[in-house]
This record gives sequence, structure tokens and C-alpha cells, in this order.
Amino acid sequence: MMSWLSTHGAAFAIVLPLLMAAVVALLPSVRRLAWAVATLVAIAVCATAFIVLQTQIDAGVIVYEMGGWAPPHGISLRLDAVNAPILLLIAAMGVLSLVYAEPATHAEVELKKRGPFYAAMLLCIAGLMGMVVTGDAFNVFVFLEVSSISGYTLVAMGANRDRRALTAAFNYLILGSIGATFFVIGVGFLYAETGTLNMEDMRAILANLDGGSRVAQVAFGFIVVGLGLKLAMFPLHTWLPGAYAYSPTMVTAFLASTATKAALYLLYRFCFTVFDPSFEYVAVVLTYVVTGLAVTGMIFASLQAFFQTDARRTLAFSSVAQVGYMLLGIGILSVAGLAGSYLHLINHAVVKGGLFLALGAMWYQFGITRISDMAGLSKTMPITTAAFTVLAFSLIGVPFTAGFVSKVALAEAAAEKGWWWAVAVIMVTSIIALFYMGRMMMVAYFSPPPAECLREDGKVLRREAPILMLIPLVGLAMMSILIGLRGNVILTDISENAARVLIPGGGL
Amino acid sequence: MIDLYQINPGLWVILAGLVCALMPANSLRKVLAIAAPVFAAVMIFNIYDNTEVLAGQFEIGGVTLTTLRIDNLSVVWGYLFCLAGLINAIYALHEKSWITDSSALVYTGAAIAGVLAGDMLTLFLFWELTAISSVFLVWQGGQHAYAAGVRYLVIQVLSGVLLLAGAVIYAGSKGGDFTFGYIGLDAPGAWLLLIAMGIKAGFPMLHMWMQDAYPKASITGTVILASFTTKFAIYALARAFPGTDLLIWIGCAMTMFPVFFAVIENDLRRVLSFSLNNQLGFMVAGIGIGTTMAMNGVVGQVFVHVIFKGLLFMSIGAVMYRTGTAKASELGGLFRSMPYTTVLCLIGAGSIAAFPMLAAFVTKSMILTAALEEHLWIPFAMMLFASAGVMEHSGIKVPHFTFFAHDSGRRVKEAPWNMLVAMSLAAVLCIVLAWPWGGYQLLYSIMPYETDYSPYTWDHVVFQLQLLFAAIFAFTLLKRYKFYPAERRAEIVDADILYRRVGKSIAIWGDAVWTRLSVRMKSLRAKTAGHIGRRLYHAFSPAGALSHAAPSGLSSVLIAAVLILVLIFAYVAGT
Repeated sequence: MMSWLSTHGAAFAIVLPLLMAAVVALLPSVRRLAWAVATLVAIAVCATAFIVLQTQIDAGVIVYEMGGWAPPHGISLRLDAVNAPILLLIAAMGVLSLVYAEPATHAEVELKKRGPFYAAMLLCIAGLMGMVVTGDAFNVFVFLEVSSISGYTLVAMGANRDRRALTAAFNYLILGSIGATFFVIGVGFLYAETGTLNMEDMRAILANLDGGSRVAQVAFGFIVVGLGLKLAMFPLHTWLPGAYAYSPTMVTAFLASTATKAALYLLYRFCFTVFDPSFEYVAVVLTYVVTGLAVTGMIFASLQAFFQTDARRTLAFSSVAQVGYMLLGIGILSVAGLAGSYLHLINHAVVKGGLFLALGAMWYQFGITRISDMAGLSKTMPITTAAFTVLAFSLIGVPFTAGFVSKVALAEAAAEKGWWWAVAVIMVTSIIALFYMGRMMMVAYFSPPPAECLREDGKVLRREAPILMLIPLVGLAMMSILIGLRGNVILTDISENAARVLIPGGGL
Repeated sequence: MIDLYQINPGLWVILAGLVCALMPANSLRKVLAIAAPVFAAVMIFNIYDNTEVLAGQFEIGGVTLTTLRIDNLSVVWGYLFCLAGLINAIYALHEKSWITDSSALVYTGAAIAGVLAGDMLTLFLFWELTAISSVFLVWQGGQHAYAAGVRYLVIQVLSGVLLLAGAVIYAGSKGGDFTFGYIGLDAPGAWLLLIAMGIKAGFPMLHMWMQDAYPKASITGTVILASFTTKFAIYALARAFPGTDLLIWIGCAMTMFPVFFAVIENDLRRVLSFSLNNQLGFMVAGIGIGTTMAMNGVVGQVFVHVIFKGLLFMSIGAVMYRTGTAKASELGGLFRSMPYTTVLCLIGAGSIAAFPMLAAFVTKSMILTAALEEHLWIPFAMMLFASAGVMEHSGIKVPHFTFFAHDSGRRVKEAPWNMLVAMSLAAVLCIVLAWPWGGYQLLYSIMPYETDYSPYTWDHVVFQLQLLFAAIFAFTLLKRYKFYPAERRAEIVDADILYRRVGKSIAIWGDAVWTRLSVRMKSLRAKTAGHIGRRLYHAFSPAGALSHAAPSGLSSVLIAAVLILVLIFAYVAGT
């Protein structure tokens, strides 16, 4: 079994949720059946992803030929130090979200829709994992669409709770489709230029052509913008706040920690291994356009987050700002910068996923969406608030938390390049983050709980979240501490290996 | 097991001080206060073997520290401070104050440890510790001493900071070697070090803290304070700047100017502070001359000075303890009620004035002779004048106005027994150390250099007596014809007017201006901040222009704009 998984695991991890999605959709509407099956599938996928990661670490690069057809004609799955950890990240976040989903979805989605809901969730997982593992550019588009369409559906499921989810999903649908279309246009141009769809092949041919003609340049432009939309690069992020704010809570957590990250992975892949920063136009676009938008986005989105009244919108804008950090790491165009970016990608997935889970738990117990409603949560939901505090510190970048490790890595990379202004921007936006997260914690800790939470004798009535919500939440909070304390040992290695694969020459 | 001989003996005294701070039993504290200096002296005796001993070395942060160095120079100060600590402890036996006991011990220990420090960082540490521990003695003087104590602390700490800065610059130029040895004025950072030591040694214009703080401290506090701080600085100067010509002139100026202040001053403890400053001048000048004779003279002078100056402060302290005042205008005729104190004070006065057979006679003349040998006529003349001045204010004025002069009518008890013991100890030492047959040779044997100087030659004795009697004659004449400034109730303001009046006025004025400015600035700042905040809010708040849920159409236009931007950049960069 193990050896079979280590050979076929990459394909199995995609095919299993795809097939099981169909089964889950057709399951009878019994109370927890759909949830249980979906969760089991996710756990199996996660275990597979773990074995695949082990195999990849031993082997370096795994190329799996689908149906025995060798590339460039057949479709191949390709795993290396860059995507194997992200594969595990997606699978793990899928499991945590699904565990959390039992109580949350029970409250948010009506019974007869739950089968299709979990099916869409499995499809989304399958699509994201497919995007990450495939070695074929057109195949990327296919999986991108699989994950996106299921993602729109998932967002729209929030309508039961807040009707604005429908417009948010529609907006997401339109813009996401434009992004996917741009991406496929770019791939089409690339196909015209190189005559192949296999990404390894494209890399070799483009390198031979020394960057290729204008066609390749146009292809690059379309791909960057298309992916930029998917990963919420400022100012292409307009779909994100609505989608995050109104979708079901577990969906927000899952999308925030995986969807934009998978798209960002593709941006790494295309910018550094299909195209190459040694091509003048790639370097210029990354240095000026992407970095410029990244920094603008960091400042703007942080300010927007600061002025929000809705807690989830605050975190959504904060996500846009954090994407800016990761893009800045790309724009630095060095191994250190990319490693920082990659590290921040993983850390942010953990932290933001956990924060959204915490907000979901607060909504579940008290229907809280606005910051001002968070009054007294430290007394009514102490464990949730404690986890929220830890994760918020991590987002700000307090020492001994995950956010600190990656922000320092990014700042060091920027300083190494001589970009002191970028260091300043990182500092300033971290301070703004201190304010917008601090505002929530102030309310949670120092405002008295609402009257209905007080008993006759003046004691506070505790209403802690159910255990299935607390497990993933506390797990993520402890993970962020663990990364902050020990992460420099494990994660730094992983991120540096990834960065070295992306920039084999060691940077410009 | 830690080798006890690796530990700086001063640390034992500091440790005793810290124990005292936690010790509620008065008698146990007193035992500690007497035992600690004795124990430290025994330790010094055991460690020192007539050659330079370096010990207690360890490395911290890449700097090698030598926490203990005993050589022929520092050993004198080590013994001296232990002796002074013992006498002070006996003098303070009657006082039931744990603040005095503990801070006196820490202060004494810091001074001992400081002179036995082998590197400048250790020196700095104890330099500051003497300042911080001793300020409590000033504050023990009561309410009116508080401000003086703060001024004292500020200046002393400033001196420490300058010392550290100079040490760092100096060591930096030596490749990180912090060893404290000869520095000389040409070395980098030397001026900072000189000013730091100058502040503590009471150089002219840097001396005001002394006459400001010492007279305001408690009775025992003044005695303790007068023993260590300035002599610690003299040690540092003797170590770092021997033979620096500039110091001759600084020293001579120091011997001269306090004479005038001392003559007109009414507060006798302040007179003694000026006199202290004047004595320090002889030592500084001796260091400036820097020959072996001069350095011997300095070491001897420091040794006896601590004893007789302590004796004078103790006798005035005893008077103050009984009468409650040290103002010349309120005292007089006390020889009837305090005969022993009178005799002891006269011995101290004779010592400071360098009467033959009394302490300073055998040491001060060495400095003067050294000046003559170097043909420094003007400094010699200045010091000669100052010697007469010493006779005038310390030798005659202090005992005269306290114990004789017109009778103030006060009939008080004799000083407490412990004070008498302490003063007797000092007085005996004053006589023994100048005893022509085996006494002064003892003093000379601890001097850093071999010497065959003999103070008891006919010409020297006669010359000194002539000088002293001329001074007495002048005093008598001036008193007879009422030219001598009468004792008046007044406070002389010295160069410290610079910071006590002018500086304070500037500070008050600046504060007023600042208040007005800051009111304006605050409203301006509030306006600007409010304006910016409002703008940001309008832009980014949920209702703000930039936070509307962007319609898909607008977003699509944005996408197109970004695409065009990317394409333009790619187009321009590509070929």
C-alpha cells in the first residue's frame, strides 16, 4: 500500500476526491453522512499528500506519467521541492476545515444542500491539488477552473446566512472567469510560440529562444494578470473581500489559506521555471509592476483593513496586504526574497486560516460579524479568544510567532538587496496590522460582555465553541507558535530548498 | 572553590554594606561596619607581595577585565581607605541609621575596589558606584540637603559617563585594551578622562559640588564623604597623568582660590570643604610635577591628608552634634565645655598647617621641594602663599572661632566617647606619622619610590616656623585692627552660580517658552492629524470611496488597465 501510494500517490490524491465528490453529491440526506464521507476522503488525501512529500524529499523530483503517456505528448504530474509542501498544506487545511465544518455548516447550510456542498468542497480540494501538481500548462487551466467553479458554488452557499453572498459569488464568478480566461489566453500564446504544453518543455524551448518573441511577452503579460487576479494582487482583489466576508465560515478559512496560495504557487512556477527572470521583460515586470503593485497593495489594503467595521472584511483586506508581502518577496528576485515569500505563504495560510476559524466560532456562538460586537469575548469564549490572540500576534509579527519569522526573512532579503524603503513599508504595515488586530483584541478583552451573557449573580456565562471547532483552531494557533519557536529549523529549510529550485543559479 | 585572593577586597566591604541594608539589628551592623574594612585590609596584606599583583581576570564580551591590581601605588590607597573606613565606622558608632551604615560601607568598598581595579571598565563601575552610594549620605543631611544631593549625583554621574566615553575612545585606539595605566594628554580620549577625573578631584570651575554637598550632609556623612571620592580621583590622576605640565598650573590655582572663599565663609564645614579643595591642589600640582620626589610627596600627602582632614571634620562634627550648628557666628568659647575635642582639633589644625612634628610637615614639603628642584619658581610661590592661607583658615580660623573667640555662652557636654576614640586615633596617627625618630620613616616606607628625603633639617624647620608665625601674626594684626572679615551669616555663592542661578533661570524660561510653543504645536498637530485621519477615513472606511464593493464592470476595467501596464513594461523591456 505504502509503496503503491508513493508511486501513484500524486494521481491518487487528485482522482480520489474527484470521484468521491460525485458519490458525496448523490448520498442521501442523512444527518452527518455527507460530512463523514467527505472528511474521511480528505483525511485519506492528506495522508497521501504526506507520503508523496516524503517520497519527494527522498527522490528530489517525481515525474508521474498519466496513463503511461510520456511527456511532452502525454500529461505528466511533476513534484519537486516547490509544490510538494504546498500540496500537503492544501490537503491539511482541507482536513481541518472539514473537521470544523460539522458544527459550522450545520448552522449555515440546510440539510438537503449539504451533500452537494461537501461535494463542491471535495472538488475544490481536488482542483487546487491538481493545479499544484500538474506539469502541463493546459491541465493547470482545467484544474484552475475545477477549483474556481466549485469555489463560486461554495461562496454562494453562504446565502442562507447572508444574502449578499450571492452578489459576492457572482462578482467572484465574473472576475475569476476573466482571470482564468486571461490565463488560458496566455497559455495559448505560449503554445503558439513553443508548440508544447508541457511546462518543462516550454522552459527548455523558451531558454533556447532566449525569451522568445513578442508572442511570448504577450503570453507572459496575460498569465501574470490572470494569476494576479486569482491570487488577489492589488488592485485585482476586488472580488476577495465580499467572497471572504459572506461565504460560509469554513469556506472562508479554506479559501483564504489555500486558493490564493495555489495561484501564487503558479505565479512562482511561471515566472521562474517556465519563463525566467534572466529574460529582460520578466525581470522588468516583476521588479517594477509586481513589486510596485505589491507595495501599494500592502499600504492600501492595510489602511482599508484598519477602517473596516466588519471583522471578516478586516481580515479579508489584511489578506490582500499579506499577498503584497509575498509578491514583494518575488519582486526582490533573489533566493532570500523567494524563500521569505514562500515562508510567508505557508505561515499566512496557517495564521489566516486560523483567524477565520476563530471568527467563525464567534459567529457560530453569538452571531458576531462586527468588531464592536466582540465585546467581552475573552470571558465568554476564553479558549477561542486565546487562540485568536495568538494568531493575531502572529499576523502582526510579534516575536516567537510564525509571522515574525517570515516578516524578518522578507525584511532581511529586502535589506540585502538595498531596498530599505521596502523594509520601511514592511514595518509600517506591520504597525497598521498591530492597530487593526489590536482594535479587535481591545474590544474582546476590555469591553464588558453584553448583558444577556451575564447571569443573575453577575458572573459571566461561558459559551465556548464546540470541540470540533476548537480542535482545528487551537491546532493552528499552536502551529503558529511552533513555527515561531522552531520554524527556523524546519520551515526555513523547506522554503530555501523551494527557492533554490525556482532560482537554480542562486539569483540575479 | 573560588580563590579568595582572586577577589577584589573592596567587594567584601560592598557585600557587608548590602548585608547591612537588610540587617535590622543596629549592633550587628556596627560590628560589620568595623570588621569589614579590617578584613579588607587583611586581604590586601595577604594578596600583596611587594610586586605588582594582577588577579581576578575574566573575559566578557571580548574584553579582558582585570578586576584586581595591587602594586606599589594602589596598595597605599587600599590601606588608607581601609583605615579611613575603620575610623569613620568608630566615629559613626552612636548613629542608629541603617541608611548611613549600609551606604557608607558600599561607598567605602566601592572606593577600595575602584583604586584596586586594573582596567578602566571596572574603574568606571566603581567610579559610578561611589557616586550612587554616597548620595544617600548627602540626603541624610535632611530636607535642605535634597537639592544639593541631586546636584551632587548629577555631576558625579556625569563624571562617570565622561570617564566611560574617554575609556572607550582610548581603548578603541589601543585595539580594545582597557588596561588602566599611564595615559598622558596626547592619547585619544585623554581629555574626556582628564575632565572626568577633574570633576571628582575638584578642579577649579568643576569643584562646586564639593562645597555644595559636603556641608549639607549629615554629621557622619560629611566625614565619610570627605575621605574617599576626591582621593579616589587623585589616585586616578596619579595613575593616568603623572608629569602632565598642565596639572601643575591647575593644581596651583586649586591651592590658591579656595583661600579667599575660606576666609570669608561662615559655615565651618564649608570652610573645611574649601580647605579640602586647597589640599587637593597640592596633590594635583605634585602629580603635575611628576618626579619621584613629587609622587612620593603626593602619596604621603594623600595618606596624612585623609587622616587630618577627617580629624578636622570629625571635631567640627562633634561640635555640631552637641550644639546643632557649625556656623562660626554662633559658636565660640567651647574650650571650656569640650576640652578634649579642642585639643584634638588643634592637633588636626596643626597637622594641616604643617607644624613641625605634625603630619603634613613631612609630606607637603616634599612637593614644595620637588617644585624647587624642577625650578618651578612661580608654582612654588603660589603654593607657598597657599600654605600660609591654609594656616590662616584651617589652622587658626576653625579652632579660633569654634573654641575660643568671644564666648557664645553655650555650655554643652563633651563629645561622645566613640567620637573621641575615632578622633584620638586620627590625632595619634598625625603625631606618629611625623615623629622624627622612626615615625615618618614608616610613612616613607610605603611610598612608591625609594627616598632619602629628610624633613627635619634646621633650615626647613625654621623656614616653616617663620611662615606659620608670620601667618599667625598677620591674623592677630588683622583681628586687632578689625580688618579680619567678621563672621557673618551668609552663604557664599561661588562658580556654582552658573548652574544654581543662571542655569536654573534659563531652564525656567525655556520651560515657559516650551509650554507656550507646545500648546500651539498641539493644536496644529491635532488639526493636521484630524485632517489626515478624516481623509483616510473618507477613502478607506466601509462607506469610503475606495471601499465600495467594486462592481464587476469597474473591476474588469481595472484588470484591463493592469494588463496594459504589464504589456507596456514587457514591450519596452523586451526586444
